Amino acid sequence: MRGFIIKEFYHIFRDIRSMVVLFGMPVIQVLLFGFALSTEVKNAPVAIIDYSNDQVTRAITTKLLSSGFFILSDQVPGEGHIEEVFRHGKVKEVIVFESDFAAKLEKDRQAGIQIIADASDPNTANLVVSYTSAIIGDYQQEYLKGMSLPVTVRTESQMMYNPALKSVFMFVPGVITILLMLITAMMTSISIARENELGTMEILLVSPMRPIQIIAGKVLPYVLLAFTNALIILLLSYFVLGMPVKGSLLLLLAESLLFIVMALSLGIFISTVSNSQQMAMMLSMFALMLPTILLSGFIFPIENMPVPLQIFSNIMPPRWFIIIVKSIMIKGLGFQYIWKETLIIAGMALFFIALSIKKFRIRLE
Amino acid sequence: MKIIEVENLVKKFGSFVANDHLTFSVDEGEIYGFLGANGAGKTTAMKILCGLSSPTSGKVMVAGYDVYHQTEMIKKRIGYMSQRFSLFEDLSVWENFQFFGGIYGLSPAKIRERTTELLGRLGLESEKKQILGSLPLGWKQKLAFSVAIIHRPSIVFLDEPTGGVDPITRRQFWEIIYETASQGITVFVTTHYMDEAEYCRRVSIMADGKIVALDTPANLKTKYNAVNIEEVFLKIARN
Repeated sequence: MRGFIIKEFYHIFRDIRSMVVLFGMPVIQVLLFGFALSTEVKNAPVAIIDYSNDQVTRAITTKLLSSGFFILSDQVPGEGHIEEVFRHGKVKEVIVFESDFAAKLEKDRQAGIQIIADASDPNTANLVVSYTSAIIGDYQQEYLKGMSLPVTVRTESQMMYNPALKSVFMFVPGVITILLMLITAMMTSISIARENELGTMEILLVSPMRPIQIIAGKVLPYVLLAFTNALIILLLSYFVLGMPVKGSLLLLLAESLLFIVMALSLGIFISTVSNSQQMAMMLSMFALMLPTILLSGFIFPIENMPVPLQIFSNIMPPRWFIIIVKSIMIKGLGFQYIWKETLIIAGMALFFIALSIKKFRIRLE
Repeated sequence: MKIIEVENLVKKFGSFVANDHLTFSVDEGEIYGFLGANGAGKTTAMKILCGLSSPTSGKVMVAGYDVYHQTEMIKKRIGYMSQRFSLFEDLSVWENFQFFGGIYGLSPAKIRERTTELLGRLGLESEKKQILGSLPLGWKQKLAFSVAIIHRPSIVFLDEPTGGVDPITRRQFWEIIYETASQGITVFVTTHYMDEAEYCRRVSIMADGKIVALDTPANLKTKYNAVNIEEVFLKIARN
């Protein structure tokens, strides 16, 4: 029996793949969760509208900005532009000080601050608002030192896009993204790898069918399935979970189709670099699913990650698609706000298609 | 009529010469054996004949079409079967025939007609709903061969078709090949079983990218003073 144990260790150590799984993955995950993935608030971009601009408001502002939780965004809107700024997703929170703040505090013993947060990500919005309120409350305490009469700084918070702070708003876009990505890319790559593995690709290539017909034939069922799935999820989330599609449904479906095409081309590309179904599956899992879940901004905000990972997340297609889905479903935005992300996804699709064609040609030779 | 004409076929991969000035031809209705050791360049040559890759130089005509510019036409006129792949294991016999018939552009009616005919010849009509994976290997290979000729091609290329089956099944397979050839379909077969070479009308032997012998089995045995093709092969290999 000793011989068996030793032989098994040989198998494990000599197979790079199992080594990666056994040692690499735990290390990477611990590092990721320890440093990169957090739901805390760090450097959240905020905008401040100060109608008083007096000693008190400036003191509160300084306190907020030096806390480390917030960064002053360069987009300082006038009151009429608050919606606009949120639509572009540039700030997480807008803080409005009413006029004659210090004077009101002294005379009326109370003054008001309005806190408006972008609740399309309800978790972050909640945290951001509570941090802000806590800091303001803190200032209130300091102000009160050495005072006989109490003073109240009224904070009024407003959650944009998601007043009830429903968490489905957060996970439905993410689930749609993951599902589309997975079904399309992974299944496509496995199905093509299967042909290669069994040698049936040869037979197909010798037949009068052109390669593009073969690939189209393989791939269309998955497009249909993925699309149907997307529809089912949307229906379920609308009727069962109460999640709206505030924007154009047509636009959402069109963008989904584009994303599916991109995932397809990615799947085809994976199949051209995999020798077997197993490899295709592993590649899809590790290179696609895990990073999608962890690094695309689905659960853990990208702003909280260390800068290198933020840059890395830029090459992940799901990251851009989640923005598109949220913009349409939760913020009800039109195409003019998401053209940049759409272009990126289209570009990625073209890139993978070109790469796959090149690899396919080489393989034929 | 010559169904395959090859003159000075050269195929290079970089500086490696896989096919070095091959010259041979195959007559219509002939059973032609294409032999050679592993790595001798057989597969490369076959791929070129099937229209899967282009020669570096030389003249190659298959079924009257030019391999450089008319591969689409060639693919319509040839059939192909390899040992590596039989048919789709999780489809039924009938579904397999339907799929491949469709790929070759046959109408549904034609597919039905040919399938019934081919299954009848094999005596396997009762198996048509069976899932392929559940059938014995010998049947699978006979079925794969039938599928390869479902569209009545001019030539059928067989890449080591009888690997792994018992001698009786191999014999039966060759009877089917004879029957097919007698109907005018040319059979181009590569094999490792030297006794199968005896069934061919003519045989060529490749080594190191060149054809080192090409003749009827009888003539080869006389020339090399051998009792069977295996001995011919060994004698050539030793030189």
